[in-house]
Amino acid sequence: MANKSFPRGIHPPDLKEMTVDKALEIMPPPERVIIPLLQHFGQPAESLVQKGEDVYLGQKIGVAKTLFSASVHSSVSGKVLAVDDYSHPAGNPCLAITISNDGQERVVQKEAGKDPFSLTPDEIRLLIKDSGIVGLGGAAFPTAVKLTPPKDKPIDTLIINGCECEPMLTADYRLMLEAPEDILRGAELARIACGAKRIIIGIEDNKREAFQAFKKLSSRFYGPASNSGDFSSRELALLKTKYPQGAEKNLIYALLRRKVPRGGLPFDVGVVVQNVGTVKAVWEAASSGKPLYEKALTVTGNGIKNPKNLVVRIGTPFQKVIDFCGGLNDEAEVLVMGGPMMGIAQWTTEVPVVKGTSGIISWKDQQPQREYACIRCGRCVEHCPMALAPTQLAKYVQFDNLAEAEKWGVLDCVECGCCQYSCPSKIPLVHWIRLGKNRVMSLKRKRSS
Amino acid sequence: MAERTFILQSSPHFRDKDSVPRIMYSVLVALAPAFAASLYFFRFRAVALLLSCVIPCLVTEALFLKLRKKPLHHLRDGSAIITGVLLAMTLPPSLPLDSAVIGAVVAIAIGKQVFGGLGYNIFNPALVGRAFLQTAFPVAMTTWIPPVTLKIDIATFATPLASLKFQNALALGTLAPLKNLFWGNIGGCLGETSAFALLLGGLFLLLRRVIDWRIPLGIILSLSIFCGVFWIANPGKYADPLFHLLAGGLLLGALFMATDLVTSPIVPLATWIYALGIGFLVGLIRLFGGYPEGVMYSILIMNAFVPLLNHYIRPRILGERRKK
Repeated sequence: MANKSFPRGIHPPDLKEMTVDKALEIMPPPERVIIPLLQHFGQPAESLVQKGEDVYLGQKIGVAKTLFSASVHSSVSGKVLAVDDYSHPAGNPCLAITISNDGQERVVQKEAGKDPFSLTPDEIRLLIKDSGIVGLGGAAFPTAVKLTPPKDKPIDTLIINGCECEPMLTADYRLMLEAPEDILRGAELARIACGAKRIIIGIEDNKREAFQAFKKLSSRFYGPASNSGDFSSRELALLKTKYPQGAEKNLIYALLRRKVPRGGLPFDVGVVVQNVGTVKAVWEAASSGKPLYEKALTVTGNGIKNPKNLVVRIGTPFQKVIDFCGGLNDEAEVLVMGGPMMGIAQWTTEVPVVKGTSGIISWKDQQPQREYACIRCGRCVEHCPMALAPTQLAKYVQFDNLAEAEKWGVLDCVECGCCQYSCPSKIPLVHWIRLGKNRVMSLKRKRSS
Repeated sequence: MAERTFILQSSPHFRDKDSVPRIMYSVLVALAPAFAASLYFFRFRAVALLLSCVIPCLVTEALFLKLRKKPLHHLRDGSAIITGVLLAMTLPPSLPLDSAVIGAVVAIAIGKQVFGGLGYNIFNPALVGRAFLQTAFPVAMTTWIPPVTLKIDIATFATPLASLKFQNALALGTLAPLKNLFWGNIGGCLGETSAFALLLGGLFLLLRRVIDWRIPLGIILSLSIFCGVFWIANPGKYADPLFHLLAGGLLLGALFMATDLVTSPIVPLATWIYALGIGFLVGLIRLFGGYPEGVMYSILIMNAFVPLLNHYIRPRILGERRKK
């Protein structure tokens, strides 16, 4: 049987060979961490600490006050040096807590918790919220919200996203190889929390070893004893290697042939999607009370002297991570947080690692390519995984025709970059569409207020 | 360590290698077999016509770029050369060279640059040039010489389509055999005679994914159905669909003219409408129109609908429900 997939999309060079065989290495905590209060989709957390205060490892230092927010925790033990605005890898500076590391890794001893599998859905969600867990695939959507389906939308399937379709990134792959049991345990907790009946783990077919790692465990059951007879509720699915196979709506279509309605959420088709790293964090929080204060990421590209897969404390400056990988070489012309398709270009190495940092990549840029007028070849339409017409959208935005842009689905764009990748005229389509999204959204806000 | 600076750019940071010039030059490569065939069948005339089209195209393009204060590097994108080659391919081999030059100037000036240059024109520039010549020099544009490979000693003779239309060739049994149509041993425009050479080039473009497969397929389908219906009804009066596919400029049009990226639609559904429309119009003109051949006008007519199709036909977005 052919491996599952979605229509359209692209096949960029994957360039994973630089780090694919590098086991996750734990990077020693740095002398100083800078922990932004906004590391997720939504509102920033509110600071709980003041300058000069002493904090221990894993202490909650920022609290989520609203639903679409996430708490943040200290990734070292030591003293708070500052609570101030600081450069952020997503672009806008934001309030961040700087902590000097005393190197003692002091934690508060927690009493042995209950068996994680005996927790109720509400308890699991509370634990996730308390541990500051957000989607670690890159979008950093608060996980507790994603596991709270509305009452009228029953969930039948939890999809565990092990696609890692971005080129160059291999950290999720290493997690799947090295900690498949933790992922399965965390997945079971997430399944209980959202009330799904089954789990599907989707893996691209260029990661067959990860698939095998899960396959070996297929006779084992992780979860509450009362449920142990039901093995059929966990499935493994091999997906075609294609970008963006791991994009939520495309992954749901590939695995279940269900289409998430325009402007809707996976809830609307009875699905919840979680990244492998996220469910692993859920398990760690439930089993040992460890909040989300470190992150697996890939440091790679021909601009990095010694590419690696690392587990890094949140708040570690990029420079320290890069130094740990031998530093930058002369090829390093571009520095990006994330993957090469959706990552964000950085202007400085002083920004800290945040929860959404899936990679730090640097390479020698291609020769700047000359931009031509659109020749209407239709390649952007042919490759758009959302079935949009990017060239039309870009034109509507250029001519400030926002009504048409909205009608043609500018808000449906997931910014995956397939259009711009395949454009022979080298038009910055995603750039125009992003601008259009911003304008349409602010227009909508104006209209509603 | 000195402060490093990085290139700031918005995602995606990877780009495919394919570019506008690469696409244009692969079209030229795809036209090479057809040009080789014309060289074989019409010898020196092929070279002369080609040069009298390509050179004026480049000169006109350069002149307009200069006038419009645009960078001259656009000359190197290959699009003006394609217009010149395509125009030459659609001209009768015996056409006086000065007429060809006029056609080439019109193709670039009126067909392309007045709209704003590459990417902005509505009509296929080469066909605009040809349509102009058809009107300006109607006799020269419908006078045909036999290929040198056909050892007959007459100054002028008819193309297969003309003999079908005006000489009652089907009833008399003097229609050119399909074998000659396939290899190109017939009268006709410079580059349209050899179906084999055109298919070879078209296949290359399809495999390289430069052209949309829906366009040649749609044209071939609708022409075959249209002509097939009449052929089945009255095979004594109407030629079979295979003849219509191989005769005249159908393959040149379907593979190289209608597929012009700029003047064809971008959304698949619109592309189907466009392609089926061209095939239908070709059939209509060939069977019931005043001209023996209708490929040029069919493509130009459907070109005119492309902006409309692009405007009204929106792809169905993932997750979009049909309106109830």
